[in-house]
Amino acid sequence: MTGVIDLKSATIRDLNSRLQDAASAPEGSVWHVANVRGHHSVAVGIDRPLTVEVEGNTGYFTAGMNHGAEITVKGNAGQGVAETMSAGKVHVTGDASMAAGASGRGGLLVIDGNAAARCGISMKGIDIVVKGDVGHLSAFMAQTGRLVVLGDAGESLGDSIYEARLYVRGAVTSLGADCIEKPLRDEHRAELAGLLAAAGVTDVPVDAFRRYGSARDLYHFKVDNAGAY
Amino acid sequence: MSDTIHHGGRQHTTPRKSATFDDYAISEIRRAAATGIYDIRGGGTKRRLPNFDDLVFLGASMSRYPLEGYREKCSTKVVLGTRFARKPIELDIPVTIAGMSFGSLSSQAKEALGRGATLAGTSTTTGDGGMTPEERGHSDKLVYQYLPSRYGMNLHDLRRADAIEIVVGQGAKPGGGGMLLGQKISPRVAKMRDLPEGIDQRSACRHPDWTGCDDLEIKIEELRELTNWEKPIYLKIGASRPYYDTALAVKSGADVIVLDGMQGGTAATQEVFIEHVGIPTLAAIRPAVQALQDLGMHRKVQLIVSGGIRNGADVAKCMALGADAVSIGTAALIALGDNDPALEAEYQALGTTAGAYDDWHEGLDPAGITTQDPVLSARLDPVAAGRRLANYLKVLTLEAQTLARACGKSSLHNLEPEDLSALTIEAAAMAQVPLAGTRWIPGSL
Repeated sequence: MTGVIDLKSATIRDLNSRLQDAASAPEGSVWHVANVRGHHSVAVGIDRPLTVEVEGNTGYFTAGMNHGAEITVKGNAGQGVAETMSAGKVHVTGDASMAAGASGRGGLLVIDGNAAARCGISMKGIDIVVKGDVGHLSAFMAQTGRLVVLGDAGESLGDSIYEARLYVRGAVTSLGADCIEKPLRDEHRAELAGLLAAAGVTDVPVDAFRRYGSARDLYHFKVDNAGAY
Repeated sequence: MSDTIHHGGRQHTTPRKSATFDDYAISEIRRAAATGIYDIRGGGTKRRLPNFDDLVFLGASMSRYPLEGYREKCSTKVVLGTRFARKPIELDIPVTIAGMSFGSLSSQAKEALGRGATLAGTSTTTGDGGMTPEERGHSDKLVYQYLPSRYGMNLHDLRRADAIEIVVGQGAKPGGGGMLLGQKISPRVAKMRDLPEGIDQRSACRHPDWTGCDDLEIKIEELRELTNWEKPIYLKIGASRPYYDTALAVKSGADVIVLDGMQGGTAATQEVFIEHVGIPTLAAIRPAVQALQDLGMHRKVQLIVSGGIRNGADVAKCMALGADAVSIGTAALIALGDNDPALEAEYQALGTTAGAYDDWHEGLDPAGITTQDPVLSARLDPVAAGRRLANYLKVLTLEAQTLARACGKSSLHNLEPEDLSALTIEAAAMAQVPLAGTRWIPGSL
């Protein structure tokens, strides 16, 4: 089934309660959301596979805690897009504001434009592909998951990183505490190729990327590490 | 007997230790010099602070009528989350169990907290490690903490919680994040938190996707949208600037404010943080209540006070100062069996003594509470420990009722500052009640 929800007349509560209810939005249904005009909390908390196409720019926490839906924002997304997503896919055709994919536990976030500061902060298993640049402190305290950046990364990339893996094609302004460049081995080329394909990127060779991850020097609280921060 | 000591032909005064460089201060300097790292421990502040013992109830006499202590009703029920939530929480008693994580506590301890709270008709709270099936299953009413770390946060657990508590800070460490050292990052704890096993985990102190109360207002709206506007949204703050923080919490759209004073405990934090940041619980309540009153929101946004609550008198005094309920953590652990003198030989072996044991971060708790060691944690029987907690919660309630009836109050919520008098100038100033025998409230105009 296909449905249209027009936020000119419907409220955010109407939108989310329809999309969250399996009776009104069953698995496989396709929804168009019109006249978004920067609303916050658009299409949050959907716990099953359905398709949502959002026409226009969104405010904060678009697709928050998504658990299975495929949500496309045809425009720019505000702060915290796909925060704590655990499954599904969120695709932003424009730019994303701060904290894109924050604390995400699974699923795939694709941003065609740039992502601002703290992209992938506290990530816990989500995969994020940014086709443009990412801002400062991206992948801050990133726990697990993969962040792929086709453009440049700002200051302090991967500060206090745990086991997440970061792939950046462009320049990195600086690496954060305990984040180091690591060799790109075949298993990394394979996973990177898979992530690029999932994001619809077909014309970029994996060897154009550098890999970054944790030095694991700060995993244990030692006096000699006190100066690292 | 002479006051001077003759030694080697010279006269000496009696050996005198410095009040400034006392035994504890010296031991800490020596420890710091030996290790090069600050002291980490669990619990709350240990030094003496102005506290509820410095207040007394006036009781009824000629000008007030008491209620019959053994016969007349004194209501203890409280409803939390009446501002926006479609399903507010109703509790039989105004004493809740504070947030404590699985990870810092054993799963047996978490289960016991749920069992005890449920028996007593109140709620318990998750912590910085996600929700376990044990605590959800044994807690009739469970508050799910939404923390900066977001460890284990997921939609399923969010929707099966009875309320959501956004943690901005806690009294033991306002401005600090959580800490769980490697000894306690067991495979199960690591999996729930998406962390490598055995690392020293230091949580974030700020939320990853919002900054400041304008963002928080939007975050609270999102949480309501995620949960069909059913769940009460609590906001927990460490007591530092309670007037402004309470006002901002109201502005952000919270249903309930949890205000944790500096006596509030922690699983593990720097000693310097525990002892030197934040203000005492006694000093925090009146400014918070004042903010609620100034905004016309007292009793509409409920206030839960925590940090150093030990007995029914503390409960009644918090409520007289304007709280709707209180929350206990450290006292609940003691009721479960923490620091039990029966385990003295084992505390001695750890270099401490029953009543002083606070190295909770090391995971060696002989009582089986602050540990992930399977052998130690199996010592705690969740059923028996839950019963002890329920007993203790009932005593807190009975004591608070006793005091309220003596003041002529048919509900704990009818207690008021006018029922109190202060024994010290500090308490009079902080609680804004007159110094006993005077009409003087220091600081009032």
